[in-house]
Amino acid sequence: METKHYIPVGSENDFMLQLGKVIRLGERELAIFRTSDDLWFALDNKSPHPKGGPLSEAIVSGHYIYDPLYDWKIELSTGLVQAPDEGQVQVYPIRVVNGEVEVGA
Amino acid sequence: MSNIKREQLVVIGNGIAGISTVEQIIKLGGSFDITVIGQEPHPNYNRIMLSYVLEGSKTLDDIVLNDWKWYEDNRITLHTDVTVTGIDAERKIVETDKGITVPYDKVIMATGSSPFILPVPGSDKKGVIGFRNIADCTQMLQAAQTYKKAAVIGGGLLGLEAAKGLVSLGMDVTVVHLMQDIMESQLDHTASEMLQRELEGQGIRFLLGKQTTEILGDARVTGLRFKDGEELEADLVVMAVGIRPNVAAAKLSGIEVNRGIVVNDYLQTSVPGVYAVGECSEHRGACYGLVAPLFEQGQVLAKHLCGVEGQPYEGSIVSTKLKISGVDVFSAGEFMEQAEHSVITAKDDWRKTYKKILMRDNIIVGAILFGDVSDSASLQSMIRKQTAMTEEIYHSIMGTECAGKGKGKAFSLEQMPDDEIVCGCNGVTKKAIVDAVTLQGLTTVDEIKACTGATRSCGGCKPVVEQILQSVLGDGFKTAGKQGICACTTLDRDEIIAEIRAKGLTTTKEVMHVLGWSHPEGCSKCRPAIHYYLAMLNPVTHQEEMESRFVNERMNANIQKDGTYTVVPRMYGGVTTPEDLKKIADVSLKYDVKVVKVTGGQRLDLIGVKKEDLPKVWEELDMPSGYAYAKSLRTVKTCVGSQFCRFGTQDSMGMGAFLEEKFERLDFPAKFKMAVNGCPRNCAESCTKDIGIVGNDGGWEIFIGGNGGTKARLADSFCKVKTDEELVEICGAVMQYYRETGKYLERTSEWVERMGLDTIRTAILDDPKQRKELVERIEVALQQVEDPWKKVLNDEKLRGTLYQDARPVSSK
Repeated sequence: METKHYIPVGSENDFMLQLGKVIRLGERELAIFRTSDDLWFALDNKSPHPKGGPLSEAIVSGHYIYDPLYDWKIELSTGLVQAPDEGQVQVYPIRVVNGEVEVGA
Repeated sequence: MSNIKREQLVVIGNGIAGISTVEQIIKLGGSFDITVIGQEPHPNYNRIMLSYVLEGSKTLDDIVLNDWKWYEDNRITLHTDVTVTGIDAERKIVETDKGITVPYDKVIMATGSSPFILPVPGSDKKGVIGFRNIADCTQMLQAAQTYKKAAVIGGGLLGLEAAKGLVSLGMDVTVVHLMQDIMESQLDHTASEMLQRELEGQGIRFLLGKQTTEILGDARVTGLRFKDGEELEADLVVMAVGIRPNVAAAKLSGIEVNRGIVVNDYLQTSVPGVYAVGECSEHRGACYGLVAPLFEQGQVLAKHLCGVEGQPYEGSIVSTKLKISGVDVFSAGEFMEQAEHSVITAKDDWRKTYKKILMRDNIIVGAILFGDVSDSASLQSMIRKQTAMTEEIYHSIMGTECAGKGKGKAFSLEQMPDDEIVCGCNGVTKKAIVDAVTLQGLTTVDEIKACTGATRSCGGCKPVVEQILQSVLGDGFKTAGKQGICACTTLDRDEIIAEIRAKGLTTTKEVMHVLGWSHPEGCSKCRPAIHYYLAMLNPVTHQEEMESRFVNERMNANIQKDGTYTVVPRMYGGVTTPEDLKKIADVSLKYDVKVVKVTGGQRLDLIGVKKEDLPKVWEELDMPSGYAYAKSLRTVKTCVGSQFCRFGTQDSMGMGAFLEEKFERLDFPAKFKMAVNGCPRNCAESCTKDIGIVGNDGGWEIFIGGNGGTKARLADSFCKVKTDEELVEICGAVMQYYRETGKYLERTSEWVERMGLDTIRTAILDDPKQRKELVERIEVALQQVEDPWKKVLNDEKLRGTLYQDARPVSSK
């Protein structure tokens, strides 16, 4: 992915720690996670499990999430599914500027 | 290996032998286009585990080793439900019954074996089966539903496992065996007798020294007749007298066949380019019927095909482990003593254990263990390595040294070669396990399982994996080896609760921090569990942590695979009104609900509601949440009862609605279902509920621990009461006792079995003071609950956070 153009998606306060939220960008759905140490992550809101399903309702632990439907463990920073399962979710850059959350997509 | 065009490899047989060889080839980087042809309509599954499927402790899905995706991912062409009819060695083509022909450069025959069906009159009758594949297993499961009496012919490993499975399915089972001793090919007389006694205790009957001469019946079997003229009634007969290598295709193709397909030390058959592995093969006069040899063969063959240097196959030392829960038997090598052997034995009738070690010229050559098989791994390794008996080994195994230190020394990690296969089912070597422990810092067998696959299948190698783990970790093992509630901790449920109480811990974060969790924020297993325990211990002061709830309980709705949700409003006691039905219909239409389903718990389920619509749907329904998503009281199913039914002796609808309203919204360790019946006809099916209540003329009878789900269990009669007040009191006490002693996710069916019905009875029925206290505690907890849908509707922020998606603030 080349240079990003960042899209503002809301105020920092709309996002709670350890609770995912969905952002709709046209056809695309991203899941935004804010971890307990106040770091931000954006991923495609689609589990890499063959049966799919959303990720936004995952349980968040540290910098990992547990897929709400099939319990796959996924690393937030890389989107990599942890062993023994395999796969990867597309991740996107995300930043907070003056209290505004912006996603690079 | 430097060929430009990839060689065509055809594997005939889609079982463990063929596929484990393919897995080895892939691991070695072999460059083949692989086609697998299998006779069964399934992907590769673990045949060894069929006995667990029969016993009910595993499902068919659990025993699949390579799912369809695996074949796809490895670009393997798979033909299932296809039988190979022959190999045309001249044209280098494999021919099948479905008209498919596949050209080959190399062929691996891994056709396995079939049960040997005794050639006695009547052996073709309905109800006479082998025990070899999923189809046999399914047939046995079905038969157990209609028929009562089963006979298993053959008292070997497979026969005994089949018999135990059928006993678990509720059949009367008799094992008929030609010899006087069961498992005589693996055990001596003493061990065989101990095993027989143990199995008799588990409900299996034995007829020994009986030769079956005829199978009786018309179209379906009705019994067996023996040589001595005696007869045995049976409406299901399982033949487990032995197996026969499947050699038909090989024979037709002109390949040399003796009992099995004859192979040399590189698994080559008499035809160039054609190999055979597993139970269909015969190597140096031996046909093997166990998993370890076929794995060892597969390894040698894979190396040979990939051009990797390797030792030839020189035969296997077989060892046996019986896969029946609660019966530990092990035998390996030469177990029958001859004049040339010197023998050490120790039989302990009190502990019901038996050990026997056989030596030739002081070299350990065979062993039998019964009851305590903890030394099986080291003994197997010693036999394989032809270890000489020493004082140290003797003391360690015979337990004559002081307890502690000496144990485990006999297992030497250094002596085990790196490439020795520890887990035969999944082909995991010692080195792979050692690497997983040292390089990835794993400390439990579960972690090793997740990482390497070892112990994933039959579990027979668990003692060896444990010993490797122990040897590698040294002193670090003692604490690391203990199993906690999940991989984040070594503490079990009771220890965690004691710590929470003693230290006054209040949040999941605090628990994990103070009790030294390895992941500071836990995992999807422990976070919801700890959250439950905290709320159960401190109902008044506990602060709800949404982020520690599993999705359904956080959203107050059940997530579906497409990300939509279901909404189930309360219908207390399964009773509704025309007004409510009209409302449900209107809302369903307005919000485009995909399906309205009548649930098993007598209410309506609106399926396919969008996440953002959930609060609106709840608002317009204006009914309480039915908690269909929660580990909480789900429904109280009722029959019509005395209000209308001519048989009714009690007002089941009224009592059901009352109980549902009284105990709803409270968190339990797992979901909780109830039923109230107005008479013993039991139309609302109390026997499969956590608490089932049956009315009679003089009061009520209470049943607990029933389950109609994954593991069905009939409820136990708990007690009878005379008045409605007593009924409500006992229900409350049982619920609270379960809340306080149950493990998270443990249903009452498992809880009753773990605790023992008598313990629960003593705590609640024999101790009125304790009963009263339990009721007081549940009342306190009940005062804290509120309807979760109302709560969301009254909290604008919560509503926005959980249910509304965000959109770009302004598009540029």
